[in-house]
Amino acid sequence: MNDMTVKTIYTPEPPRALQAKPPKITAQDVNVYYGDKHAIKGLSITIPDKAVSAFIGPSGCGKSTFLRCINRMNDTIAGCRVTGKITVDGYDIHDRDLDVVQLRARVGMVFQKPNPFPKSIFENVAYGPRIHGLSKDKTDLERIVVESLKKAGLFEEVKDRLAAPGTGLSGGQQQRLCIARAIAVNPEIILMDEPCSALDPIATARIEELIHELKQNYCIVIVTHSMQQAARVSDLTAFFHLGNLIEVGDTDVMFTSPQDKKTQDYITGRFG
Amino acid sequence: MSDHIMKAYDEDLAALQAMLSTMGGLAEEQLSRGLEALTRRDTKLADQVILADDKIDEMERMVEEKAILTIARRQPMAKDLRHIMVAIRIATDLERIGDLAKNVAKRAHAISDPIPRRLTTGLQRMGQLALTQLKRVLDSFAASDAEQAMDVWRHDEDIDALYNSIFRELLTYMMEDPRQIGACTHLLFATKNIERIGDHATNIAENIYFLVHGTQLKDARPKKDETATTPFSPLNDE
Repeated sequence: MNDMTVKTIYTPEPPRALQAKPPKITAQDVNVYYGDKHAIKGLSITIPDKAVSAFIGPSGCGKSTFLRCINRMNDTIAGCRVTGKITVDGYDIHDRDLDVVQLRARVGMVFQKPNPFPKSIFENVAYGPRIHGLSKDKTDLERIVVESLKKAGLFEEVKDRLAAPGTGLSGGQQQRLCIARAIAVNPEIILMDEPCSALDPIATARIEELIHELKQNYCIVIVTHSMQQAARVSDLTAFFHLGNLIEVGDTDVMFTSPQDKKTQDYITGRFG
Repeated sequence: MSDHIMKAYDEDLAALQAMLSTMGGLAEEQLSRGLEALTRRDTKLADQVILADDKIDEMERMVEEKAILTIARRQPMAKDLRHIMVAIRIATDLERIGDLAKNVAKRAHAISDPIPRRLTTGLQRMGQLALTQLKRVLDSFAASDAEQAMDVWRHDEDIDALYNSIFRELLTYMMEDPRQIGACTHLLFATKNIERIGDHATNIAENIYFLVHGTQLKDARPKKDETATTPFSPLNDE
């Protein structure tokens, strides 16, 4: 089954980012199949807490697929099969006793296109804490909403119109609203699937600055088509190619002297 | 310096600037102590200067690493890009200045006999001039002041002129008293080292001009070092 598996290269071995921070997510020999298609081949990786890890690689390399494994989003796709072991804080996320809803509260997700609910700005953020029963009363809920908006760097811009619809915000603001919504349920991990690909450069820079601030408190994993973005925001970079994890290392080193030729070719714009 | 939306970018640029400022301070100190070691023929101080040069070399490597990393991670454009290019070039000039200051200090070992004071006054004067030029060019870099940098650039001819006169003076001493040839030759090398330090200060000034204006300086610098082209014969010396 794993005859096509490529041995992952570590740059350096072990990466400094993994020595500086405790591990948060580990994957061991993970394989993902969409029907007959072998989308991820024997992937193993450790992702540090309170740091930003970026997955890069050409389209169809499996980076988004793997990201979706971390909060078991792939469960919802018919014909998708995941083997191998993925742990968060040492606990197997495929354990039968594990509540997937609880897992997804701990592992928040932000998508490529901002997708606020067709509700007010306040309700967008209040929704999660309310259904998870995280607030004691109305005042407490308001506190959570305000704090989450502040953490997402959006509060100052929307404080006078919390009752206005979230869909009326600009693209960049909507994306920060989605980040506030993800933060509101007090997650430990935030997964971001190309969070800036629909945004202009200034809105992108705001989100990147926000990611940089959020990493003090969260484990952030970001999938991005823009390797420049990976270079700017991440501590650890993982390069995927054709379902294999080719090379993982400190971002500093990955973007100045990667070891694998495929990584080198991809980041220098020679293929992909 | 600037306020990028991503603050980590500002931090990278500020770190680069801080490293260069430390490196500039070290180069100034090395030159000043090198001159002192030579004029006082203080071999202990000379050894300290020689040893301390490693620190400047190490800082040049650090600046280079930081610059490469910042280019790779931030994809700098326009003034930011120039800033990083200029930082690399200035680090190279400062490293060379450090080497030259070390060479000046080394001569303290080479000159064994006491040297008459009149032989070293010119060197001291030239050293002070170079030190002032270096100090001013580093100040103009810290302040991104192209005007002041250009002023430094124009004043390099003072060092060159002084070098010419010291060259002639030392030759005269050598002819007067051949026993002084050894010491005078070493002093001549030391003054040449200082003259080169002046040239590196002008390189830095040119880089500041490029940083501020975004174009290379086109004017040719006035040069007064004629020692390499002037034939010298004791017979037809006036």
